[in-house]
Amino acid sequence: MNRKVISFPTLSDYNTPIKFILEKLTDYEVRPSKQITKDTLELGSKHSPEYACLPFKYTLGNYIESLEDGAGIILQAGGGCRFGYYYELQQQILTDLGYEFEFYSLTDNDVNGIRSIYNTFKKLNPHIKKIKYLYYLLLTFLMIYFMDKIDIYIRKNIGFEIHKGSFDRIKNSMLTKFSKTKGFIDLIKNYLYYKKRFINIPLDKPKNCIKIGIVGELYTSMQPHSTYFLERELANMNVEITRFTNVTFLLITKRFKEKYYLRKIKKYCKYTLGSDAMENIARAKILIDKGYDGIIHIKPFGCTPEIGGMKILENLCNDENMPLMFLTFDTNTSELGIKTRLEAFYDMLNMRRNNEK
Amino acid sequence: MDNKITIGIPRSLLYYKYNTLWLTFFNELGIDTLVSPETNYEILENGKKNTVSEACLSLKIFIGHVNYLKDKVDYILVPRIVSLENEMKLCTNFSALYDIVKNTFKVNVISYNVDVDKGISEQDAFIKMGQELGFGKELILNAYKVSKKEEYKQRKINYLLQRKKLNRERTKVLLVSHGYNSNDNLVGKIITDNLKKYDVEVIYADIINPDNREKLYKNISKRLYWTYNQELLNSIEEYKDYVDGIVYLSTLPCGPDSLVNEMCIRKVNKKNITIYMDELSSTEMIQTRLESFIDIIKKDDIYE
Repeated sequence: MNRKVISFPTLSDYNTPIKFILEKLTDYEVRPSKQITKDTLELGSKHSPEYACLPFKYTLGNYIESLEDGAGIILQAGGGCRFGYYYELQQQILTDLGYEFEFYSLTDNDVNGIRSIYNTFKKLNPHIKKIKYLYYLLLTFLMIYFMDKIDIYIRKNIGFEIHKGSFDRIKNSMLTKFSKTKGFIDLIKNYLYYKKRFINIPLDKPKNCIKIGIVGELYTSMQPHSTYFLERELANMNVEITRFTNVTFLLITKRFKEKYYLRKIKKYCKYTLGSDAMENIARAKILIDKGYDGIIHIKPFGCTPEIGGMKILENLCNDENMPLMFLTFDTNTSELGIKTRLEAFYDMLNMRRNNEK
Repeated sequence: MDNKITIGIPRSLLYYKYNTLWLTFFNELGIDTLVSPETNYEILENGKKNTVSEACLSLKIFIGHVNYLKDKVDYILVPRIVSLENEMKLCTNFSALYDIVKNTFKVNVISYNVDVDKGISEQDAFIKMGQELGFGKELILNAYKVSKKEEYKQRKINYLLQRKKLNRERTKVLLVSHGYNSNDNLVGKIITDNLKKYDVEVIYADIINPDNREKLYKNISKRLYWTYNQELLNSIEEYKDYVDGIVYLSTLPCGPDSLVNEMCIRKVNKKNITIYMDELSSTEMIQTRLESFIDIIKKDDIYE
């Protein structure tokens, strides 16, 4: 008998750990949705409500492609703001389109619920034991944590590699190794080995390179396709990049850092602003304190929480005399337009540097 | 108090939901209030000037109202409401409202922070607000209870009046939209005025039964967690058999509405029209669309 295929919307490198845990905990064949192309977005936006935000359209396109590809079960992450409601509407849209499938929401509206993730796995695989679940959950968390740590290093240095592509090559080999992880010791060993390899990559990095921080909405931050590879574009201009939003933050650190972040910008914000908007303003403050040259704020069109924070972010950057650029991504955002704006932003930062001298 | 203070209340967003509660509360405490006038083009223009261009129309109008009030009063009432029930939420604009206003204008804002999910009830918010204005707890609680009673009475009256409308022998249309849109001079009024011109009875989905405990919205959407959208969906379920058509009105770009309205269109089998409004919407265009919509529902009546 054919095994059922389970699928989830692709999320760049995080495909590896998600696939890993699904394979270990269920009996299904795991197949992440196809890489995002122009067609994915077209397909998604054709069937989405016109003013739904961009991640909705991308993920709907992912689902349709997966279902066409033979998936019988699809997974969704769930989360705060509008993300939490995606599940129900997407299910309705896909059913109306005539697909037959099972649809699960990983966190079931409760953003931080290890318990609700367990309940979802229980539905996927009723024979799962709690201890096995906890073991693999921790292992996957650790894998994500290591990946995020290495990503931070990569983002800072990838613009300065001497041999083009060396970071990507080692990273791909690391992800393949990670996907075959046997246990904690194996994972830690691999992590240390690759960490060393990354550090040994020859770099040509000037001490005072331009540094740009990226803050903004989570999907556009973590899905490079949705921003037309914004980070890579910047790296090609020899820029050191910092970005805060990653899965480690969303799953674990967010809860603990809220008070710290609020204290950081108490002059501007008295309360949280919903979703990650307040956090992003606090991160901008951190970047300013660290002496970064510029900040780029990214979001999909119509992202209510981030729009709420824009005015405050503007005030903060005006007061601190910090260059700030807002980028909004929509179905018809032109890739070239983004490129031009990035180049102009970079030139402006360079000129500021020279004027200061 | 010898130095009498005035509190400004913007006639926008949650004013349309809580006007009775707020006005009675301040009246009970003997504080003067000033409510900004109906939205006009000047208010809208000032709102646009002081917000980021991507903000939703309702927020722009709100900021316009604050702009109108800022030099005329001592304090401005800007509610910050995250959740009104456990595990329920509002649009994130309501969580950010306080900080947006504070970062746009140099004004005094009295604290009004409700977050039931984190254990701050509406009553706590009112006590804090009253204490900030220099009143004792007993007095505040008393005033709060009186105004809560008054609010209930007002809501019940509105609801019963609306129920009466349902039995009239006229073409009826249900307007599904948040109170701050359907009652706004430049948003909902344009639509209701047009509907009334063609002798159509407008039923407002934002007028709800204060005694309603049934979760009718679950028929349309099980996992809906926005309180105000739940109320609208309750109304759709309650009124849909009485009306001839549904008008979904929302401002651009409204987060919750963009998804929930789509859900309703797919699940509720009723003739409907969706109207999105932003600051560039032309009255003529909306008029034309409404005219043809009314033609369609009225024609049905003839054939039936």
